[in-house]
Amino acid sequence: MENLSEEKIKELKIKSNNIRISIIDMLYIANSGHTAGPLGMADVFTFLYFEALRHKPENPNWVDRDRVVLSNGHICPVLYATMAHAGYFKIDELKTLRKFGSRLQGHPHREFLSILETSSGPLGEGISQAVGMAIAAKIEKGMDKTIYCMTGDGELDEGQNWEALMLASKMKLDNLIIIVDRNFIQIDGSTETVMPLSDLASKFKSFNCNTIEINGHDFNEINNAINSAKKVKEMPSVIISGNTPGKGVIAWEWDYKWHGKVPNRDEMSKAIRGLEEINEKLK
Amino acid sequence: MLNHNLKLNSKIFNDDVVLKSTREGFGEGLLDAAIENENVVGLTADLLESVKMNYFANKFPSRFIDVGIAEQNLASVASGMAAMGKIPFIASYAIFSPGRNWEQIRTTICYNNQPVKIIGSHAGLSVGPDGGSHQMLEDIGLTRVIPNMVVISPCDALEARKATIALSKTNHPTYLRCARNETPIITTIESNFQIGKSEIFFKPDTGLAQVGIIATGPILYNALMAAKKLDEMGIKVKVMNLSTIKPLDREAIILLAKETKNIVTIEDHQVSCGMGSAVAECLSEFYPTKITFMGIKNMFGQSGTPSELMKYYKIDTESIIETIEILFK
Ligand SMILES: Cc1ncc(C[n+]2csc(CCOP(=O)(O)OP(=O)(O)O)c2C)c(N)n1
Ligand SMILES: [Mg+2]
Repeated sequence: MENLSEEKIKELKIKSNNIRISIIDMLYIANSGHTAGPLGMADVFTFLYFEALRHKPENPNWVDRDRVVLSNGHICPVLYATMAHAGYFKIDELKTLRKFGSRLQGHPHREFLSILETSSGPLGEGISQAVGMAIAAKIEKGMDKTIYCMTGDGELDEGQNWEALMLASKMKLDNLIIIVDRNFIQIDGSTETVMPLSDLASKFKSFNCNTIEINGHDFNEINNAINSAKKVKEMPSVIISGNTPGKGVIAWEWDYKWHGKVPNRDEMSKAIRGLEEINEKLK
Repeated sequence: MLNHNLKLNSKIFNDDVVLKSTREGFGEGLLDAAIENENVVGLTADLLESVKMNYFANKFPSRFIDVGIAEQNLASVASGMAAMGKIPFIASYAIFSPGRNWEQIRTTICYNNQPVKIIGSHAGLSVGPDGGSHQMLEDIGLTRVIPNMVVISPCDALEARKATIALSKTNHPTYLRCARNETPIITTIESNFQIGKSEIFFKPDTGLAQVGIIATGPILYNALMAAKKLDEMGIKVKVMNLSTIKPLDREAIILLAKETKNIVTIEDHQVSCGMGSAVAECLSEFYPTKITFMGIKNMFGQSGTPSELMKYYKIDTESIIETIEILFK
């Protein structure tokens, strides 16, 4: 286990808070969409796009890039915002989210934004596609690629995920890293009331996945998890990222109502001011 | 003019016409049906409030099941409950049910001929900003093609409510297509609703109609608005509300074709397998007639407001007027 430097952590925290600000801003302008999930996953996305991924934002079609599959497409504001901050497109374009003619469709659509690896929105189909990519990457010669797949926790209710995991284990896909947004909420309430996932880690372990549980807001833990997942041989990895839904805006944290709600003007400006203050203190 | 025999909403052409979604009408109808019949049960897949099953679930918690985000399981569990004498209503977004679980619906519900009622909410372009992945434009085709299935697409919240109650009293597997957004109330509490029966909602003051518009779902409103305008322009129009797509009201469709020799179908759905296709199957066999198909033409939807999308995909009132004007040039 190697810890990131204090400087690096500070830099990542500021970045992810800036990404959160963009998310809140774009959702406010769009006036529809999902808030809790994107804010909760902002740290993981920041680490991925600024530290972990092998990619070239200026050359998005680079064949040897790592792949990111967003299975829980409704949290696309965090994907769009992180990609914009990482240089894939102008931050200003985020303001077009969900508008007629925008490349930033309400749920990711690859026909509109070709730098996406896939389209999503309907849940439970991402791991299968990532498994397909991982199998193809194994067959191909060339640079080793890592396939990352993000999923929700409620999303895991879908049986297709478990079909995909069985195949991933059978095929010994050590180039596949699944990151679960374990925030304990879905639309109708707590995951443990709507459809208990209970001991999720032992479910993944029994599917022969290298399973790592982390605090998804601790950059050292994210870093160590990804490093150890990359070292494991002959089995897929699952990182269960314990995330706070609505992270960064205390009034919204842990409230499942923010799954699919967007802030009004007042809520938006308070939230952004709060995040700006946190960043000021970090600097 | 509006067909006054049907006791339609006389305010339909006013700016202040009352709006309500068909999913809301379903939610109210389900509560009514459940009060009347204790065998009615309700199941959803993590979309309780979105599909308006909450009125029912709050009143009858022991008859409500949330299966989590698992639409395939949703369909087959309902089939099992129906086999034990229940009348299950299963509700999700149309894109997932009957979208994702089509084969489970075919085999475990329709092949067994179990009286499961499938409620597909958020159907059509009207989902708006969520985008193409959530805009179900193939569900009429997917459901009407399965033997034993009844397919209903109500024009407003009141009709959705009446349809829900009506289908709780039949033994057929049924698909009820609902929409997310609020649309004008076209009918009234007194208007009649009967599964399998169409009605002429608009007709010329005198004489025969030159064109018969057949519409299904809330988009009927656009057809009525267009008809009023066309009528003022001197083009005589009849507008049919075809809320039951299967079984098809053949007699009424053939009658309309005989009168007008000119049919225009309009739906918030792919043209290639939808209500217009059902009309075409009927007319080409029994009374070949020229049909103009209005609907989505082999494209996916996208993000935008419902009105932007209606315009872009040419199913708004203006497009209906233009299309019919061209027919008479
Ligand atoms: C197949 C499918 N069924 C239903 C939905 C509607 N839906 C969108 S998000 C969501 C809840 C997802 O829960 P989770 O994965 O935990 O995401 P979170 O709410 O934490 O962001 C549901 C049911 C969907 N998108 N896809
Ligand atoms: Mg969740």
